[in-house]
Amino acid sequence: MPEARTGSQLDRNRSTLLAQAPRRVAGTALSLALTFAGLTAVTFVIARVMPADPVLAIVGDRAHQDVYDAVYRELGLDQPIFMQYLRYLGQLFEGDLGVSIMTAQPVLDDLLRFFPATLELATVATLLGVLGGVPLGVLAAVRQGQWVDHLIRVIGLFGYSVPVFWLGMLALFVLYAKLGWVAGPGRIDIFFDGMVEPVTGLILVDSALAREWEIFRNALGHLVLPAGILGIHALAYLARMTRHFMLEQMGQEYILTARVKGVPEGGVIWRHAFRNVLVQLITIVGLTYASLLEGSVLTETVFAWPGIGQYITNSLFNNDMNAVLGGTIVVGVCFVGINMGSDLLYRLVDPRAR
Amino acid sequence: MSAVRAWLLVDVPRSRWQARCQRFFFAWLAFRQNAGAVAGLAIVGTLVAAALLAPWIAGSTGVVPDLGNRLQPPSGAFWFGTDELGRDIFDRIVWGSRITLYIVGLVTLIVVPIGLAVGVVAGYVGGWLDGALMRLTDIFLAFPRLILALAFVAALGPGLENAVLAIALTAWSPYARIARAEALTLRHSDFILAARSQGIPHHQILAGHVAPMCISSVIVRLTLDMAGIILTAAGLGFLGLGAQPPTPEWGAMIALGRDYLLDQWWVPAFPGLAILVVSLGFNLLGDGLRDVLDPKSRS
Repeated sequence: MPEARTGSQLDRNRSTLLAQAPRRVAGTALSLALTFAGLTAVTFVIARVMPADPVLAIVGDRAHQDVYDAVYRELGLDQPIFMQYLRYLGQLFEGDLGVSIMTAQPVLDDLLRFFPATLELATVATLLGVLGGVPLGVLAAVRQGQWVDHLIRVIGLFGYSVPVFWLGMLALFVLYAKLGWVAGPGRIDIFFDGMVEPVTGLILVDSALAREWEIFRNALGHLVLPAGILGIHALAYLARMTRHFMLEQMGQEYILTARVKGVPEGGVIWRHAFRNVLVQLITIVGLTYASLLEGSVLTETVFAWPGIGQYITNSLFNNDMNAVLGGTIVVGVCFVGINMGSDLLYRLVDPRAR
Repeated sequence: MSAVRAWLLVDVPRSRWQARCQRFFFAWLAFRQNAGAVAGLAIVGTLVAAALLAPWIAGSTGVVPDLGNRLQPPSGAFWFGTDELGRDIFDRIVWGSRITLYIVGLVTLIVVPIGLAVGVVAGYVGGWLDGALMRLTDIFLAFPRLILALAFVAALGPGLENAVLAIALTAWSPYARIARAEALTLRHSDFILAARSQGIPHHQILAGHVAPMCISSVIVRLTLDMAGIILTAAGLGFLGLGAQPPTPEWGAMIALGRDYLLDQWWVPAFPGLAILVVSLGFNLLGDGLRDVLDPKSRS
């Protein structure tokens, strides 16, 4: 009774899985906590190392020594460094990232305002990278060694090697200034600025919700070039990894079996090989998304994109350390979160990784 | 010539030296088959040559303004044109190759020893030390590199050395992973056991027997990483956080040329092209080296 045996085996697998589940969740939580502790420790050290005096920034350089000492104690600077770190952590958990000197607002509020722009840019860039890179990778693997494969390899090498800020500048020059095919820098034309109610902060979503299609089109025109430029590296990376994974799968025996059975080539490629590749791609796409979120700094600068990267660099030049560190932590947490999330998803989807 | 070739191709080498030369020769023969890799080697070779011979290749120092020749288009006299202060862009790119090479060298000098030390010790010793070191590596692996580099430069102040330091700080972790994987497979091998039984102390085994075995994987990874390191350094320079003017760093040159893009395209175009070509060279070379040194991962 082979079927019954497989059934009971499945049950047993499932029960061991369930038994292991809490341990795995605990393990993931532990590494998440450790990574977070490391990240905050590094930013804390940066905040300590920096030459600016936090007390002086508050009281000014004409304050009396008594006032200075009082604020010094109030900030907890007289306590041991470890206690200072714990205090810093406590503030973080309360969502207190300090007040920005530049905007005179809580850093958290600033970040909430700037973050959606970065999220929108990185999400569309990742989408473009996936939609372009994955089919190219499959094509390169299927046509291994032929001219298409070489061409895709050259595209990939270009994507790996080109400085995005430079390419963005040239693209803006040619496609916007010379040809007028796309809209210029910024998220939206000034004329439309502030015309849709910010619900999510993502202009594309907000304008679609409000059925303001003209604004939607305008925002899309602004978004397509920076997202395309930012997505080039993702495209190159995904094409290369997809090709590698596909070649790995195409050499397996089950592919031979499928061919012997008479499965048409399209079915062999997409239904057999690619389905297995898809699982491996989850982690890669997660990694890409995370790196685009943090790597958008340069693209944002070139395209005057009011995102978190620009916020951090602008704060940096104004010595606004609260803002810099707050931005670093938020981006860092997103980065770590996406990486861990994709890892977890991979384990859930792929039975071999359990 | 043919005598050397015969000596290199002999079936049974007579000495250790001959065997070692043979190995390099065979690797070179395999490497030569890969046109892309040879092109990469040529580009990296040109970069090194340009850096070494900069005083003879460049006609000017690349920093002294020559206001009579502001913003000249590319011509026979100025191959890549001149910038807003009349400085020859070709000369500046040639001098800039020294900075690129300096970044590459300094990052290598910091990253490889740290990565090797952490990885080899973790893999060889094992146990709780392995767990602790690998947790640390994972933490650094999970860091957002560019943003953290920004924060570091913010704290330490803008400048080339600080930018390099910031890059290196987050770049060492993959090498620790690689070295650990190699050390794990070597830990119980016979030649390590033989060394142990001769009474060679652990630190000498690590430095003399385990670490050298990791070098080839590390070199491959390093070459492939170089493009990313160059791009990050150029990005920091572009943001004004790396090398400071008038240093002819390529990223900073693009930033300065930004204002002239509309009418004098050559000012930002050529430094960017230089970055593109050099990182392409390192990528091609890395791919080729991987195929030669690390046949396991050949794709």
